[in-house]
Amino acid sequence: MLKTLRQPFQMFPIVFFPLILLAVNASGLRAATRLPGFPTHSYISFAIAVAFIQGGMFALINTGTNLAEDIESGFFNRLALTPLRRVSLIAGLLVGVAALGVLQSGVYILMGVIAGAHLEAGVGGALVILALGSLTAVGFGALGCAAALRTGSGEAVQGLFPLFFVFIFLSSSNLPRNLLRTGWFHTVATWNPISYLIEGFRSLFIYGWDGAALWRGFAVAIGLTLLALLAVAGAMNTRMQRT
Amino acid sequence: MSGTRVTGGGIWRVAGTIAWRSLHTYVRRPDLFVPSLVFPLIFLASFAGGLSALGSVPGFHFPAGYTAFQFVFVLCQSAMFAGLFTGFTLAFDFESGFARRLMLAAEDRRGIALGYALVALSRAAITLSVVTAVAVATGMRVTGDGVDVFGLYGLAALLVLVGYGWAAGVAFRFRSIQAGPLMQTPVFLIIFLAPVYVPLGLLKGWIHTVASVNPATAFLEAGRGLISGVHDHTALAYVCAVALIGLFGIWMLLGLRSAERST
Repeated sequence: MLKTLRQPFQMFPIVFFPLILLAVNASGLRAATRLPGFPTHSYISFAIAVAFIQGGMFALINTGTNLAEDIESGFFNRLALTPLRRVSLIAGLLVGVAALGVLQSGVYILMGVIAGAHLEAGVGGALVILALGSLTAVGFGALGCAAALRTGSGEAVQGLFPLFFVFIFLSSSNLPRNLLRTGWFHTVATWNPISYLIEGFRSLFIYGWDGAALWRGFAVAIGLTLLALLAVAGAMNTRMQRT
Repeated sequence: MSGTRVTGGGIWRVAGTIAWRSLHTYVRRPDLFVPSLVFPLIFLASFAGGLSALGSVPGFHFPAGYTAFQFVFVLCQSAMFAGLFTGFTLAFDFESGFARRLMLAAEDRRGIALGYALVALSRAAITLSVVTAVAVATGMRVTGDGVDVFGLYGLAALLVLVGYGWAAGVAFRFRSIQAGPLMQTPVFLIIFLAPVYVPLGLLKGWIHTVASVNPATAFLEAGRGLISGVHDHTALAYVCAVALIGLFGIWMLLGLRSAERST
């Protein structure tokens, strides 16, 4: 976490890039609120959910790239030769990611509210968003660690970013699923777990407390984290055998 | 340039050699050409497919339909990014030492800039052909005539050179792939601060103000006018594109001078 905070160029994409995209999309797509069936009159309240996912994806890139740099420079190998437990090597990174997740989610909420987003679920909802945002960042951050351990290359980790961006594009990020009129796109968005993660965040802004949207959002975040941790464990074993 | 014998043939020999080498590398490396093909298709799928409901927003009238409306955006964006990615290649060639050796060996160093420009145009031709084929295969309607379509692709070719001129200028100055965000971010912002999802008339607030003075708006409106046969700002778009090519051409050649001094 300190490593990220001390390097402003790493903080910029995490904090500002999602906000810039939010500003552009919220303005460009405001006309969508005039569609019959659109759930709110404020597009920014609808679109802000995507910022939390983008923040998670930047956590993936930053965590993965930092770990890959440590592997490339040999620092990770030296750490691996110390009596430190293997779990501690990654757990330390992920605790930092969790804290950054809370920080970046707080910034998105604050900036969103200043820009006109309405948080229907109130202060309690904001706390849930911080928790879900942190869990999402840990899930994506762990995926970044798995990629770094598997490839040992910062360039390869960076290459994952566009791949994950595709998941955002092919989801209900810009319009609610009931307004996705192209058949195949509706099907893809319905099967895409990112849609449910976005809808979890979005429900707190638009509907207040929607149990179904929330449990689906948390289920996706927890599932992502568990799968990513399994991938980390597998990649860690392989790397340690090489060390 | 300095220290080299300049002949008209020299420029084209250097340019041709660089273009052949870079294209050869491009088609033989899936990690280079697959993303350049896949991402425009993803944009087309997610915008034309995912946002098709916007075509029924009150006040939205586009005769060729929402897929064609978004296709023009993807076409312009892919064209500019083909130029940008060629700037990345140039920066990477500097980082690997290849471009420095090239600077020492080239008869006329302007041929280096021209060669990479040919690479950008060739890459764009591949990408735009695939994007067009997919759009037509998935039912995109083109209501403009043959001349209009020719004008659309002519505009796209100019946009390739706009993107390339900017990125090559940065690459010649920084000579490192680390300058990638500097090449990409301004172009990305300019493109998205235009009427991407709905026509300019439906944008409200600050985005309308920004889009009204953004040259990318003229490109998109002209492109949409050409594909639908209802011309809109075509001459303005061409003038803007040519002016930007001139401006970024100077920027690139000054960058080349800077690279010469450091070689």
